[in-house]
Amino acid sequence: MRVFGLLWLMISMALTMPAAAILSPGEVLKDPALEQRARALSRELRCMVCQNQSIDDSDAPLARDLRLLVRQRLQAGDTDSQVIAFLTDRYGDFVLMRPRFDWHTALLWLAPLLVLLAGLGALIGAMRRRRDLAPETGAAPLSDAEHRRLDELLGNRPEIRSENPRTD
Amino acid sequence: MIAEIGHYALVLALGLALIQAVVPILGAQRHDARLMGVAGPAAVAQLAFIAISFAALTYAYVVSDFSVVNVYENSHSAKPLIYKITGVWGNHEGSMVLWVLILALFGALVAMFGRNLPATLRANVLGVQSLIAAAFLAFILGTSNPFARLVNAPLEGRDLNPLLQDIGLAIHPPLLYIGYVGFSISFSFAIAALIEGRIDAAWARWVRPWTLAAWIALTAGISMGSYWAYYELGWGGWWFWDPVENASLMPWIVGTALLHSAVVMEKRDALKVWTILLAILTFSLSLLGTFLVRSGVLTSVHTFAADPTRGVFILAILVFFIGGAFLLYALRAPQLKQGGLFAPISREGALVFNNLFLTTACATVFVGTLYPLALEALTGERISVGPPFFNLTFGPLFIVLLLVVPFGPLLAWKRGDALGVAQRLTAAFGAGLLGIAVTFAVVEGGPVLAPFAVGLAAYIMVGALIDIQERCGFVRLPFRAAMRRAGGLPRSAWGTAVAHFGIGVTLLGIVAETSWNTERIALVKPGEVIAINSYRLTFDGLANRQGSNYRDIIGRFEVRTDTGRPLGELIPAKRTYPARNTTTTKTALLTRGFSQLYISLGEPEADGSVTVRLYHKPLVLLIWIGTLFMVAGGVLSLSDRRLRVGAPQPARKQGSAKPSLQPAE
Repeated sequence: MRVFGLLWLMISMALTMPAAAILSPGEVLKDPALEQRARALSRELRCMVCQNQSIDDSDAPLARDLRLLVRQRLQAGDTDSQVIAFLTDRYGDFVLMRPRFDWHTALLWLAPLLVLLAGLGALIGAMRRRRDLAPETGAAPLSDAEHRRLDELLGNRPEIRSENPRTD
Repeated sequence: MIAEIGHYALVLALGLALIQAVVPILGAQRHDARLMGVAGPAAVAQLAFIAISFAALTYAYVVSDFSVVNVYENSHSAKPLIYKITGVWGNHEGSMVLWVLILALFGALVAMFGRNLPATLRANVLGVQSLIAAAFLAFILGTSNPFARLVNAPLEGRDLNPLLQDIGLAIHPPLLYIGYVGFSISFSFAIAALIEGRIDAAWARWVRPWTLAAWIALTAGISMGSYWAYYELGWGGWWFWDPVENASLMPWIVGTALLHSAVVMEKRDALKVWTILLAILTFSLSLLGTFLVRSGVLTSVHTFAADPTRGVFILAILVFFIGGAFLLYALRAPQLKQGGLFAPISREGALVFNNLFLTTACATVFVGTLYPLALEALTGERISVGPPFFNLTFGPLFIVLLLVVPFGPLLAWKRGDALGVAQRLTAAFGAGLLGIAVTFAVVEGGPVLAPFAVGLAAYIMVGALIDIQERCGFVRLPFRAAMRRAGGLPRSAWGTAVAHFGIGVTLLGIVAETSWNTERIALVKPGEVIAINSYRLTFDGLANRQGSNYRDIIGRFEVRTDTGRPLGELIPAKRTYPARNTTTTKTALLTRGFSQLYISLGEPEADGSVTVRLYHKPLVLLIWIGTLFMVAGGVLSLSDRRLRVGAPQPARKQGSAKPSLQPAE
């Protein structure tokens, strides 16, 4: 199914993105620390006209504009969270690759934990139930035919024969 | 004419599929051997008709019959022959025909190799399998006919999307489909078992080879797709947590869980109900992937609403099969008898742990993929769930799972000794610590957690070796005796160890690539040198090159070490396809050991200079080499005599009830 998607992704990319992204050297900031922060931020921000690409990956004009914008804000002395706030004010939460934790994404963020706990709970419940049921689910008592076969195998020594193979 | 034969064959296949979906199941209900006997020949004939149809479509592509819409839209007469053939499945309609072809192939294989199955089980399995085929054949004929004609045939086609004209994508989809569709067999077996209300360890033995075969193909398919994305898309990423990737990852994760739980069911007669559920879930996720990708719902809910025909049809198929399966499961599962008991610390316990974490990981991917869609549909609010979310949630779950991997195969069935196993794993812990220490000492930079991940990888790899060494006893026993034992080990034991080793290898590749990847972006003039790590690249200038249906602008880069030793030439290109007027980036790779230099070209400037994006990716090849180990492990396991398709059942088959017998104390 991936290929269907890739195909279709490519078609949509052909519209928004003529080729793979090349961050042009002109964009790169002189200060390496600032540039590193810009790159890290770019990976957290979505290119809104692309299919699931960060502005760091995308070559769309919008992504380029956003990359420049991020760098401008950083040069103006913004902190990372101020840059993020600046962008979400303009474009909404859609621009964030890592959704914010609030009441309508709570289920999203907590889903792994909830599923894990539910799974654990179900597992413990099942084991408890199984332990309670254990005597019933054990081997069925031998039928008469099986007793005869057992006698044969044991050479008809009745002292060894037991009524039920389970004694516990 | 040929296209019409193909179309007609597809209609006939639908008719046959409907017969095969009804008659054998009725026969199984009435224990009528003649009705059940319809299944086998029908399955083979269905395959034959779909194969004719597929061949007809391929023929239309090979001779470039542009009066067929599908060929006109996706092919070009100047395209190399190989891409004419692969173009058959490089589009929606053709890929659906390939989908049903593989579905029919699996059905026919069960019909041919399943002679040792109980008659009613075989009839039910083939019936359910055919019901799936009928649904998708109806989908193709009703909404996606690949044989539709144009009244006035154009002289030239519109060409295949250039990104798909690549050998990696020639093999990727068929492998992926064998994986997805292969899980339909496990699904059909699960439904058949529910219809009959009976299931035993022998069932697991019949299902496992099919599941394993599908899993092998899916593993290889995903891996190849990832490598294709890495070298073809041109920005060096190999996994993007894109919804379409997630659509293929989800069946893989649950399929992996299914493989492991089927082991417990086969060996210990336990986890039956759960295994059935996993079999249903795995194929359901394959269907869900089809829906997600085919309906356009991923771009946005609004795209889906704009042209919903295909989407609604697949949604109906989805609801019918998944809903029907779960209904049947709810009704019948409580009747299935539970088997062998086990303590929490035991091989079974470890496999349950594996299942718990794999299904949770899958649920995480599921929620992460669908949450934005649901939120948009319910509240109209749009959010993005990107790689940072998955790395934060999926990552930790997998790390916990991986910590337990070496324990699993060393624990005893029923009741294990965790402390004893930990002692036997001393060397693995040592290797892990050594890995951490060496990484801290030798490598500079990168995330703080990276050395620990390297340690985890070393621990898993050595753990897999210990598994084999413990079984053979290379230290305890004389060398020849140990060798003899190694030769006598079941292939499935080797398979487990090799596949688990592969996980460690892949992990090492992932950690190294993500932590110590170096990037250079530069505008270079001819004659200029770019340095990256210990390599020096000299740009020799741009040139033009004409291909069969494309034009290249190539850049030549001479690679040397910093001591001046020549290593070869890198020739990345910008490739333009005039038919679609699209341009793609052809990256160039230089492999040194397991690491690669990766270079892609940007837009050339008028003065002959060009922007390049250059990476040094340490150990990146291990990512895919690890998956090759996993595939090899799967193949080894599949070749185990016990699981070989059609192999006579071993004598201990009668002992399937044995594990539930408790020893008399």
